[in-house]
Amino acid sequence: MTEQINEAEQINEAINREYEAGFVTNVESETFEPGLNEDIIRRISAMKNEPEWMLEWRLKAYEAWLQMEEPDWAHVEYDKPDFQAISYYSAPKSMADRPQSLDEVDPELLATYEKLGIPLEEQKALAGVAMDVVWDSVSVVTTFKENLKEAGVIFCSISEALQEYPELVKKYLGTVVPQRDNYYAALNSAVFTDGSFVFIPKGVRCPMELSTYFRINEQNTGQFERTLIVAEEGSHVSYLEGCTAPQRDENQLHAAVVELVCLDDAEIKYSTVQNWYPGDENGKGGIYNFVTKRAVCHTNAKVSWTQVETGSAVTWKYPSCILKGDNSIGEFYSVALTRGAQQADTGTKMIHIGKNTKSTIISKGISAGRSNNSYRGLVRINPKAKGARNFTQCDSLLIGDQCGAHTFPYVEALNPSAVVEHEATTSKVSDDQMFLCQQRGLDAEKAVSMIVNGFCKEVFKELPMEFAVEAGKLLEISLEGSVG
Amino acid sequence: MLSIKNLQASVEDKQILKGLNLEVKAGEVHAIMGPNGAGKSTLGYVLSGREGYEVNGGEALLGETDLLDIEVEERAREGLFLAFQYPVEIPGVSNMEFMKAAVDAKREAAGEDALSSKEFLQRAKAACKQVNLPLEFLKRGVNEGFSGGEKKRNEIMQMMLLEPKLCILDETDSGLDIDALQVVAEGVNSQRSDDRAFIVVTHYQRLLDYIKPDFVHVLADGKIVKSGGPELALELEAQGYAWLDNGAEA
Ligand SMILES: Nc1ncnc2c1ncn2[C@@H]1O[C@H](COP(=O)(O)OP(=O)(O)O)[C@@H](O)[C@H]1O
Ligand SMILES: [Mg+2]
Repeated sequence: MTEQINEAEQINEAINREYEAGFVTNVESETFEPGLNEDIIRRISAMKNEPEWMLEWRLKAYEAWLQMEEPDWAHVEYDKPDFQAISYYSAPKSMADRPQSLDEVDPELLATYEKLGIPLEEQKALAGVAMDVVWDSVSVVTTFKENLKEAGVIFCSISEALQEYPELVKKYLGTVVPQRDNYYAALNSAVFTDGSFVFIPKGVRCPMELSTYFRINEQNTGQFERTLIVAEEGSHVSYLEGCTAPQRDENQLHAAVVELVCLDDAEIKYSTVQNWYPGDENGKGGIYNFVTKRAVCHTNAKVSWTQVETGSAVTWKYPSCILKGDNSIGEFYSVALTRGAQQADTGTKMIHIGKNTKSTIISKGISAGRSNNSYRGLVRINPKAKGARNFTQCDSLLIGDQCGAHTFPYVEALNPSAVVEHEATTSKVSDDQMFLCQQRGLDAEKAVSMIVNGFCKEVFKELPMEFAVEAGKLLEISLEGSVG
Repeated sequence: MLSIKNLQASVEDKQILKGLNLEVKAGEVHAIMGPNGAGKSTLGYVLSGREGYEVNGGEALLGETDLLDIEVEERAREGLFLAFQYPVEIPGVSNMEFMKAAVDAKREAAGEDALSSKEFLQRAKAACKQVNLPLEFLKRGVNEGFSGGEKKRNEIMQMMLLEPKLCILDETDSGLDIDALQVVAEGVNSQRSDDRAFIVVTHYQRLLDYIKPDFVHVLADGKIVKSGGPELALELEAQGYAWLDNGAEA
């Protein structure tokens, strides 16, 4: 017994020494050696100076994960990641003294963002967007925090939240996506290193759109973000998440968890533009994107998920809503574009529990090249969900004849009063349309991007203005070379 | 302006145009009539470069430019405009953005700056009014849910915005009631000018009451078999095509 305690103390001491050393010497980048075990999890927790309960929580998740099997029901094929070959912690330079303003940010970092078309300065000016930028696994810079503070809004990294607002995190973390929810959620729960935390107090309408940009930096570093958004009664928030990643030689795993808690009469709008590196034309080097996103809607609450998915070699992602409270509303608007050898299996789950709950699903899949694009959606109306309604529309657009589009709708209507509608179409970019565009003077690439953008309009109009423009450009860039 | 010599073209190995000759000068309006399946639409497609239409002989010059040598969009930017017999829908792409992109593409090719949104909007509104389409049609998807007549008027609006050198109207009058026909005809007449030419493909003398052609040609079995003045259209209306030597169906 005492021996054990001593050992734990020794480990702690060792960890703390390493921790301090990291700061004192200001090493380039504190990166753990590859591998996953209990010790690694303890070290992550210690690095982040987490409360004891957090470590326990992680270890519980790890235990659960060890018992679980990697799922294989999705319509995707890939080499299973070697979890022992991944490094689970990587911090950028000078983590100890985070820059308080953009002026203090590593110019190289800013330059990278510039290259990606995300000039921070411009973003700052744009519609007062506040940024919580995740560079690798740790937040590097947060702007506009002061304005948000005035409104009582908390928008910070989850690590910071664990220091500043541990009771809030403890209250809500894992309430929407439990540790043992699924294989990747369990892994994320064990090893997540950072992500965002948002808290909108009762009755507050968040004065600006909250935006996070993600990027993968260090090679072989799995990214395990954890995002938690809590909208208290009657509050309102719009959150933007965008990612892009540079070229890589080895597949990189991205397994994020996003939890949304939407209390009575609150509204959360969550928009994503996902553009992780898709790999070369054979998918080599692309990102694996296995994400769990879920919201719980209480009485009269409303959650909208809007996503534009163009990147990653393999995508496995089903932003979902649990419509727990009466009259709550869930929406899912999705554009998923695959090209080359990309594979996407994405969709949503709408679980109707409360009475008169409503859900809308609009999914637009675009496939080009040899890619495979699947929509997978579940609409479940529980026995007590009287008056529940769902409308689902799934449209697929094919470019060329080597790609595939698949639709897997699952409907479980257990209450006789439920109204569930499903419409699905598959179309091709037609020769007639191409000819019309070209006869009016547009080149083939512009023509395709215009037709595809038109196809996606219903989803794009759900995005905040600047994001919609960006998304349109992204599709245009993504489609380059897919014509002819 | 347009000089077609001995043009021969096939579709899916079927010879459709069999040595067609046509000279169109700037400022002129030429009507082309002829039986179904004669190759009238094919002529428009071949001149504009549609995929699947194989040219296997002859030449077609637009001014100095060898049309057959360049891409579809380049021909369009050179000033060739085809108003479609069956205009296709492009869902979700507004008329506005579609035509702005088209006009800008043409201007860019000519080394001109893109129009400001304001300037373009003014022009688009004016064109819309001229063809009697409500302004909301600028915001609607290209031909999306338009009636037959609205689609044809939309074609004329596009023509106005692109200010082409040569306009080919393929049965723009088919399926139009008399009011719509007048609107379309007035639209075309307003665009007539010394540096612009029209080829109007039609089955009906009716349209030519409103758009006065300088020349009328009969296209049958892939060739121009007869040419004349406006009176030829009246003759055809009265007698059909059967009396023509080529003996194409009436
Ligand atoms: N895409 C096509 N494939 C096969 N045959 C075609 C195609 N387009 C036109 N044709 C044939 O070419 C001939 C001329 O057609 P078209 O130019 O449309 O005639 P018109 O416009 O004079 O009625 C017809 O016999 C028609 O069936
Ligand atoms: Mg025809």
